[in-house]
Amino acid sequence: MTPVFSFLEQHLELTYIVILSIFLGVEVISRVPSVLHTPLMSGANAIHGVVIIGAIIVMGQASEENYLALILGFLAVILGTVNVVGGFVVTDRMLEMFKSKKSK
Amino acid sequence: MLSLIYLIGSVTFIIGLKMLGNPATARKGNAIAAGGMALAILGTIFLYRHHGQGLHNYGWIIAGLLIGSVIGFISARTVKMTAMPEMVSLFNGMGGACAALISVVEFEHMSDTLADTTGSRMQLGIIFAGMVIGAVSFAGSVIAWGKLNGRIRDVSFQGQHILNMSVLAVIVLLAAYVTILLPSSTVILFAAVLALSLVYGIIFVLPIGGADMPVVISLLNSFTGVAAACGGFLYNNPVMLTGGILVGSAGTILTILMCKAMNRSLKNVLIGAFGGAKPGSAS
Repeated sequence: MTPVFSFLEQHLELTYIVILSIFLGVEVISRVPSVLHTPLMSGANAIHGVVIIGAIIVMGQASEENYLALILGFLAVILGTVNVVGGFVVTDRMLEMFKSKKSK
Repeated sequence: MLSLIYLIGSVTFIIGLKMLGNPATARKGNAIAAGGMALAILGTIFLYRHHGQGLHNYGWIIAGLLIGSVIGFISARTVKMTAMPEMVSLFNGMGGACAALISVVEFEHMSDTLADTTGSRMQLGIIFAGMVIGAVSFAGSVIAWGKLNGRIRDVSFQGQHILNMSVLAVIVLLAAYVTILLPSSTVILFAAVLALSLVYGIIFVLPIGGADMPVVISLLNSFTGVAAACGGFLYNNPVMLTGGILVGSAGTILTILMCKAMNRSLKNVLIGAFGGAKPGSAS
């Protein structure tokens, strides 16, 4: 267990972020009307596309001769971008539909 | 400068998610979160420094971003309204695959410098966590996508639950074994864990009924959030951490809410297929 504790101590700020974010996520979502469940899921789906930042860092640090890292990193950047862009656009389209339905 | 951008990004995610929960502000909230994301991505590309060194391979990065944007935009624009949940599932799977790939590259990167130190071990543990969760999410999402568009049928048989649990147990034990004991055959074991995670993702979703897919997608969505957060730990990156954990926890609550809206419990949805297979098999 000691390595885990020393790791947490070294990354105390990140640990705080994790714990507070957990409560925040729960708090932000509770009491949401069920019509919004699917757009909310889709919006959250787009937000976890932040993983693209990791892909960019991986790609940007890969050395020029390391073809495996380059190819996998490139693939990761593409997949991550599809997640982000597609996620936000799909959510917007869902909400657009939702709005026009309501105004009728 | 970059940390300020990450702070703004994190705040937009929180505000965006909050606004998405209200019909009147939902669309605006989505746009705000998207803006924060764009800012965080651009900031990372131009301002990221590690030990005083910036990023390289800009050509590859920009090309990847462009290709991804075009694919994402076109597929999101052209998909039929009725097919949207399966599209979300597919996007989610790509996020999961992205997280898994990051872990694979990072593993390859650190496998030659693997040392018997605490820091190195914890890093390996996080790499494993990101890869396993990402791969499960990817494989599961693809199966969920296939189920929603009718290409894949429900498969359930006796003892499936036990099989699933044993595969999961093997994954966890193998990952723990490599992380704690650092055996010499790390690469092979790493590949084995990756393969098993993909298998687990498939067999996890296969028995669940088609009507329950939105709940499963929401669950896999929160998995991918956690996988993204693992990347946040790996790179000491607060925006990945906030975004990932926020989606992880909000997604879990959302999953439970969706189950409640159907008057069922999450356990019932996930395991229901096993118990329900016997009386429902006539249909």
